Amino acid sequence: MNVELLVSHYNYWIVIFLMMVGFYILISRGNLIKKIVGLNVFQTSVFMLYITLGKISGGTPPILTEGEAVYSNPLPHVLILTAIVVGIATTSVGLALAIRIKEAYGTVEEDEINRIEAGIEAGG
Amino acid sequence: MSQHLPILQVVVPLLAAPLCIFVRNGRAAWGLAVLASWVSLGIALALLGQVGTGGVISYAIGDWMPPIGIEYRVDIVNAWVLVIVATIGALVSPYALVSVEREIDARRIPLFYSAYLLCICGLLGIAITGDVFNVFVFLEISSLSAYALIALGRDRRALTSAFRYLVMGSVGATFIVIGIGLLYSMTGSLNMADLAQLLPGVWESRTVRVAYGFLAVGFCLKLALFPLHLWLPNAYTYAPSPVTAFMASTATKVAVYMLLRFFLTVFGWHFSFEQMELDRVLLPLALVAIVSMSLVAIFQVNVKRLLAYSSVAQIGYMVLGLSFATVTGLTATLLHLFNHALMKGALFMAMGCVMYRIGSVQIGAMAGLGRRMPVTMAAFVVGGLSLVGVPLTVGFVSKWYLILGALERGWWPVAVLILLTSLMALVYVWRVVEVAYFREYQGEGDAREAPWMLLWPTWALVALNLYFGIDAGRTAGIARQAAEVLMAGIGQ
Repeated sequence: MNVELLVSHYNYWIVIFLMMVGFYILISRGNLIKKIVGLNVFQTSVFMLYITLGKISGGTPPILTEGEAVYSNPLPHVLILTAIVVGIATTSVGLALAIRIKEAYGTVEEDEINRIEAGIEAGG
Repeated sequence: MSQHLPILQVVVPLLAAPLCIFVRNGRAAWGLAVLASWVSLGIALALLGQVGTGGVISYAIGDWMPPIGIEYRVDIVNAWVLVIVATIGALVSPYALVSVEREIDARRIPLFYSAYLLCICGLLGIAITGDVFNVFVFLEISSLSAYALIALGRDRRALTSAFRYLVMGSVGATFIVIGIGLLYSMTGSLNMADLAQLLPGVWESRTVRVAYGFLAVGFCLKLALFPLHLWLPNAYTYAPSPVTAFMASTATKVAVYMLLRFFLTVFGWHFSFEQMELDRVLLPLALVAIVSMSLVAIFQVNVKRLLAYSSVAQIGYMVLGLSFATVTGLTATLLHLFNHALMKGALFMAMGCVMYRIGSVQIGAMAGLGRRMPVTMAAFVVGGLSLVGVPLTVGFVSKWYLILGALERGWWPVAVLILLTSLMALVYVWRVVEVAYFREYQGEGDAREAPWMLLWPTWALVALNLYFGIDAGRTAGIARQAAEVLMAGIGQ
């Protein structure tokens, strides 16, 4: 592992960093809203992964002009547009559920919810 | 018209879903859902008929030729899964009418049918598409609607279980997209058949192996393979009855199909079993799932939760069949996809009938129901026998092929274990039967027989359990043919 490899692939290191940060928040935080934010960061890292895949060194934006033979691959961008929409849908369903959980339990903290649920189960 | 069947399979439920919201009336939305789901079943059966002779239908969406455009590619494997999903979808939708009126607020009923149709659309889409990114899109359509459906349950714990499912399901789906992205970066293609041709050239690269790992974890989360099953028991326990019956019979089955399609068709048998040694991971996990989850099921007091844990164990059987890496093993997996859908569908529907009358599915509350609700409980008994694997039911046929596969590999301890865990299934089914038939009814409510509208779909599934248990030739024939197609792959 040399410095050159680290620097020339800096985009992938950003992706991995974001992915791990998002995943860590998702696992470690008990607050449901924070979990959704973690999930969002996690998904965003994948968007970045796809977008950097499409970049070609020295390539222009994929618009047909005279004398430009090398252009970036537009397909990953289009794919990730779909994934962004999916991410928004996931986030909004998650937040909607968090609101309903707040209405039903009076809290969005996971440990308190678990305590209430344990109480329901003990009481039959 | 008939050449457009592949796209209609997905478009019919997809278009019916928003219409359900526009009509704003529970009964009208129900009518639409029944119509759309039966049309879907008709299309699925027609497709199975068309490819049954060994053909492959390739449908280019919008006339964009594959591998550039999105291709819907139907062979006998897809058609088989389409029929499973569409059959359950068509039988659960009439069942939903009375059940949903009891379990869901009136103003949410049109939304329920809309989400239900979207879920069917997503699952059918996963099964029919020949494009890996399209798989992800349909996966999210089916998952998002499933989260909403589960959250409609009366118990407030439905909300938390839907949330947990959302978190785990999204992580699984994101892992799948990462895998697909890495595959794309190595091959520049998203078409399954094209990928199958291109991947052998880059087998040695670490990127492809990492992609394989991401995909494996993502699929196993979605199909609830032990130890990634934690989302499943609560989600099935607290979802409304028709949702549980539908999800338990279809969602995990389609996830198993995704696993088979990617690892056998896209990557190919040689890569999966000779280079990645997939069986070394799947075999122990499947065995642990079968034994531990059957054991956990025995100690449950809520029958829906009991059946949910049993589902995780049954998924273990499907994965076990795959880990044999032979045609017989795969035949067992594909047969059990169908057979388990029939038995779990019937069992969860019977529980829906109980829920409708006595408002609870705790074992204690079911005392004496054998006499109060004889038709419902008889359905439960037959479904339970099928789960155990008694001859003349479909469960026996699955177990037969599974044991045959184990013996073919010379793994007789596995065969013994399959028999032993069947006895464990007998224990947990018997616990319910004993309470229902040999105790007196305790409750005050009028526990009459469930309404006819709930009973006929339940018994239709029970009848299929018996029919395909006795006349197993046709289903076993299709499953074997599908197994051979999967083993052969596209590239070879």
